[in-house]
Amino acid sequence: MATTQTKTAARFMMSPAILLLLGWMIIPLSMTIWFSFQRYNLLMPGTEEWAGWLNYRYFLTDPAFFSAMANTLLLVGGVLFVTVVGGVLFGLLLDQAIYGQGIVRILVIAPFFVMPTVSALVWKNMFMNPVNGLFAWIAKLFGFAPFDFLAHAPLFSVTMIVAWSWLPFATLILLTALQSLDSEQKEAAEMDGAGPVSVFIYITLPHLARAITVVVLIETIFLLSVFAEILVTTNGGPGYDSTNLTYLVYSQALLTFDVGGASAGGIIAVILANIVAVFLVRIVGKNLES
Amino acid sequence: MARQITQRRKLFFTALAWTLGMLIFFPILWTILTSFKTESEAIASPPSLFFFSWTLENYTEVMERSNYFRFFMNSVVISVGSTLLGLLIAVPAAWSMAFSPSRHTKNILMWILSTKMLPPVGVLVPIYLIFRDYGLLDTRTGLVIVMTLINLPIIIWMLYTYFKEIPGEILEAARMDGASLAKEIIYVLTPMAIPGIASTMLLNVILAWNEAFWTLNLTAAKAAPLTAFIASYSSPEGLFYAKLSAASTMAIAPILIMGWFSQKQLVRGLTFGAVK
Amino acid sequence: MGHITLKNVSKAFGETVVIPGLDLEINEGEFVVFVGPSGCGKSTLLRLIAGLEDISGGAINIAGQDMTNVGPAKRGLSMVFQSYALYPHMSVRKNIAFPLKMAGESQEVIDKKIADASRVLNLTDYLDRKPGQLSGGQRQRVAIGRAIVRSPQAFLFDEPLSNLDAALRVNMRLEISELHQQLKTTMIYVTHDQVEAMTMADKIVVLHAGRVEQVGSPLELYHKPQNRFVAGFIGSPAMNFFEGDLAKEYDCHAIGVRPEHLRLSTDEGKWEGTVGIAEHLGSDTFVHIDVPGQHSVLVRVPGDIAVKYGDKVFMTPDADTMHRFDGKGLHL
Repeated sequence: MATTQTKTAARFMMSPAILLLLGWMIIPLSMTIWFSFQRYNLLMPGTEEWAGWLNYRYFLTDPAFFSAMANTLLLVGGVLFVTVVGGVLFGLLLDQAIYGQGIVRILVIAPFFVMPTVSALVWKNMFMNPVNGLFAWIAKLFGFAPFDFLAHAPLFSVTMIVAWSWLPFATLILLTALQSLDSEQKEAAEMDGAGPVSVFIYITLPHLARAITVVVLIETIFLLSVFAEILVTTNGGPGYDSTNLTYLVYSQALLTFDVGGASAGGIIAVILANIVAVFLVRIVGKNLES
Repeated sequence: MARQITQRRKLFFTALAWTLGMLIFFPILWTILTSFKTESEAIASPPSLFFFSWTLENYTEVMERSNYFRFFMNSVVISVGSTLLGLLIAVPAAWSMAFSPSRHTKNILMWILSTKMLPPVGVLVPIYLIFRDYGLLDTRTGLVIVMTLINLPIIIWMLYTYFKEIPGEILEAARMDGASLAKEIIYVLTPMAIPGIASTMLLNVILAWNEAFWTLNLTAAKAAPLTAFIASYSSPEGLFYAKLSAASTMAIAPILIMGWFSQKQLVRGLTFGAVK
Repeated sequence: MGHITLKNVSKAFGETVVIPGLDLEINEGEFVVFVGPSGCGKSTLLRLIAGLEDISGGAINIAGQDMTNVGPAKRGLSMVFQSYALYPHMSVRKNIAFPLKMAGESQEVIDKKIADASRVLNLTDYLDRKPGQLSGGQRQRVAIGRAIVRSPQAFLFDEPLSNLDAALRVNMRLEISELHQQLKTTMIYVTHDQVEAMTMADKIVVLHAGRVEQVGSPLELYHKPQNRFVAGFIGSPAMNFFEGDLAKEYDCHAIGVRPEHLRLSTDEGKWEGTVGIAEHLGSDTFVHIDVPGQHSVLVRVPGDIAVKYGDKVFMTPDADTMHRFDGKGLHL
């Protein structure tokens, strides 16, 4: 397979993709780094100057940054918890012999294909709205006062909406992993006297460990960048109660036009994502070798 | 006796799975149902599930009032355009990495994966400024470029894992049979790779269709796709549930259907082959 | 025509030298088998001849032409791969037609050649099926069909029978030999199975760690192995080797005696041992005998011998068929 002719052709065919991705990564990223050390506001053209670490100092000491960090972690953590636990349970359930398995599967994965703006608005208006929402009606049915989810528990509400969108992803992947479990292994364990709980703990869960890790890492990458759900439901509010890092950088950049500050925030987001990425790349890399 | 237990167990799990499945699916079902109600029925208390006077007026109104078709076409052009452009760049790259790997192939693949992990806010400012300066803001061209670049890693990876499954011996056989490199690709590789290319395409159209960071930040009126169109309902207009539902149903229906066809590929595409 | 010459051919993958430099003559119409343990470089050598890998040094000459730098398509060779490498999306007919189509043959010629080949290979009824609908043996025949329609200078076979079950393997072995008798085309056949090598080859090339250990006809290798490696590799069951005092008696480092060349007796003989396991094959019995100070010795005797586990027995080697080796493993 490896003659010089094919090798040269291979290099040639790979180059456009690599050059494009290299450009996409290096050019804007180095611009962001450069901007992050500049005093640069689009509303005040002509006042650009070197600012040193000032933008970082402002960004990192801004109380908004701390609540954004906390919100980001809570959002990511909350969604991960709901989707992984729910995904394992749904995966186990769908792995059983049931009637109409294909249809249930379709129902469960459907939310993943709903665009974020739709899911956020449907939840916000038709379910969580304190006057006409379905939840309000259910609350009244049981004699409770309707709860204004987005005003009083904005981060929790956003977390639930995002978790609903990502539960199918976790379910699908964990189900796929479950189905690849060799049934002879389970049978051998049963012959060895293991009950269903022991089989789950000693056979199924270790088998799922890899898939769970992959789910956690990939979801984290996407969840760090949750944006549309916040934009259309709470606009980050009330106050900064549901502002995550992505939304904070967006509001600095495109609402207050503070290029320098937004860039500093962007770089912090990049560093955060890289910490996760290192682990993910390692896991995928291991898989590539086998 | 064992059979009876199995049967009862199966019925129990079936009931449980269907109940939970319907619960998960309910918001979508509710949206679709509401889209056929009148506005007053949509907020009626108690709400009615099926027994209302079905109407299509929300659909006609959404179409007429908001130039729905333009948003729809923007979504189509952006998602299909970026997917085709991405395939054009990715097919040769994935081909070389799968069939003519070198010492660096693994590292290159890893690096390609890592570009996908770059959070969009990390490059939001420069991209916005570059787009502003080159007149790409609110253009389909600009969005096709961005969508192509952000999804290129996934396309390359998916194709790579599919190509990897084509045994190298078959391509060698073609070479022994006298096929040139071009003929090898046209007659042997492409027909064998078509299922993989098709599912890559499908998943990628879905991802681009639903992308809601760049589409919201880089478009205004002209090039806005459906994600941005729906976002405009976040204003009080969203309180017209029936119309919101009709607009939402139209925005998600094509992708929902495509998504159901692509469930298997979804796992592979989004986990970069780490789970199959 | 069909004459292949390798001159000082070498191959290295990066730092790893697979073939350190090798000369070989393959004559027109010969059935040559490359045999050796896995990792000996036999498949690499075949791929070098095919042009699927570049050679690192030396020259390859096919039918009087220097083909060293010619691509695989233009060497006029056909290859049958271990996995058969059939095109899964094409029918049997299209698979067989593919090389002809690539060569730009007219439809008439293609149809005729397919008809001929499918008759010879018993594939006429399957022409419109896809490879996925065929059995292993049928796929094998399609792969051969695809190879023969080109009327190549030589056929290359890369372990073609290793994916078939035992019974089918014996069958296909005969079919390929039969095909060679009919076509009289040069064939190069790679296998790790010395039985295949012995039964099919005109000439066997025994390879070990990228080096040619010996070239010769099957019986030459059986009767006159040049070294201990060939002696141990050719012949089934494998030759017994004795070292130490037993060998010193014959003035050498080691002696080798094939299981069929040891006489077994319960009363008297040269060496004494205890019967271990006896494997009864019906026609023959393989008796494993523990000899103090030696590995277990295998003796091949007629089927109905009456020995049982733990019996004391005696063995006598046949002086004419005994092989003597020096310290470097060379035959004396």
